[in-house]
Amino acid sequence: MLKVRIIPCLDVKDGRVVKGVNFVDLRDAGDPVEAAIAYDAAGADELTFLDITASVENRGTLLDVVQRTAEACFMPVTVGGGVRTVEDIRVLLKSGADKVSINTAAVTNRRFVHEAAQKFGDQCIVVAIDAKKVSQPGEADRWEIFTHGGRKPTGIDAVEYAREVTALGAGEILLTSMDRDGTRKGFDLGLTRAVSDAVSVPVIASGGVGDLDDLVNGVKEGHASAVLAASIFHFGEYSVRQAKEHMAKAGLAVRLDR
Amino acid sequence: MSVAIVDYGSGNLHSAAKAFERAARESGHDQPIIVTNDPDVVRNADRVVLPGVGAFADCRRGLDAVSGMVDALDEAARKKGRPFLGICVGMQLMATIGRENEVKEGLGWIAGEVDKIKPSDKALKIPHMGWNTLSECKSHPLFDGISLGPDGLHAYFVHSYQLYPADKADLVAQAEYGGAVTAMVARDTYAGTQFHPEKSQRLGLALIANFLTWKP
Repeated sequence: MLKVRIIPCLDVKDGRVVKGVNFVDLRDAGDPVEAAIAYDAAGADELTFLDITASVENRGTLLDVVQRTAEACFMPVTVGGGVRTVEDIRVLLKSGADKVSINTAAVTNRRFVHEAAQKFGDQCIVVAIDAKKVSQPGEADRWEIFTHGGRKPTGIDAVEYAREVTALGAGEILLTSMDRDGTRKGFDLGLTRAVSDAVSVPVIASGGVGDLDDLVNGVKEGHASAVLAASIFHFGEYSVRQAKEHMAKAGLAVRLDR
Repeated sequence: MSVAIVDYGSGNLHSAAKAFERAARESGHDQPIIVTNDPDVVRNADRVVLPGVGAFADCRRGLDAVSGMVDALDEAARKKGRPFLGICVGMQLMATIGRENEVKEGLGWIAGEVDKIKPSDKALKIPHMGWNTLSECKSHPLFDGISLGPDGLHAYFVHSYQLYPADKADLVAQAEYGGAVTAMVARDTYAGTQFHPEKSQRLGLALIANFLTWKP
């Protein structure tokens, strides 16, 4: 039977992990490849690198990270951040990424999703959606797409957009609640469920994980196929193994071998 | 001794090559792993691996675009009986025909068609993406020493289409996803996995190591 996936996410800037990863046996807390190897050994089901490098010149450091990770880790790796062209995707896949995640470029040009899926196959095209709740209390829930790290509203309905990009060939949706991101209050379960139930492809819940119950809720109440978290794993608060055992106890099917 | 991984513009050959190198090294059967688009190298390799991601017809066109490659594959795997492993769409290409978006001929080594996965439970997501266990339909040397079944090791899948073999004798393993999904097929000296051994950690590296010593 198919298992729920747990996906640690590493923010990478100029080839280094932002804020570092705090594992006891890591020699260099800022090396994304070391962190990836540690997560591979810990039984993570996939890994996501989010590149937040500001300058194009330093983009090469990311490719080096991806390449070295692919040499050492035999699990699926998704890379996102700054993916704007077919050539960006080609270079990332060639470096060893298994999937790429497209964010702003899909919002500004939907055809890009179609073009990318046609070229490389639906299975490697993830569309990342950053959404915020825009409905007022008492109104029916409504979420809107925001770009530029949640600062720029687009007026696009998140659920409608998820349907649209799926029809264009997105093989998976990485859904982040910008209201919850960094708050540790748990996923926006209403948003997660609305999108998961609206599309036929897997949805990865992201943004707001504070404890292990949040992961369980993302799947049970949010109907997500996978859960993504960063800080609860990076700072050694919980291990991937603990997360999986907790989810198993809650009745979710997880992969405990590696 | 050499292993040829066929490069026809489809898929992530870098990580496939690294997984084969690692498995070769760790199993004590170190041998050159060559990523190649040269039909002569494929023809003369001791083992051949055909990866593939994307749509069936695109992959078939990609393969046809490398002049002489289809003949070289046939010669190595079928005439010379060299062990052959197809991965994902590389495995699907072994079928008679593919029906993804358009109808396209496969290599015709395994009688059967490639068509949509149709889970009985409509709530199940497509693609079938993630880690699943395998159930064995018949024993095969590529699974030697690998724990299978619901409590066994997991394999990584990502696909929306599957190979439906005409002859059930070609079916080696299945995964459960709202019904049985073909996970591995084999006949004579050629085998194919729908899952990605190069992404399947322990199960994957063990299967690759078995392939490197497989003497069909």
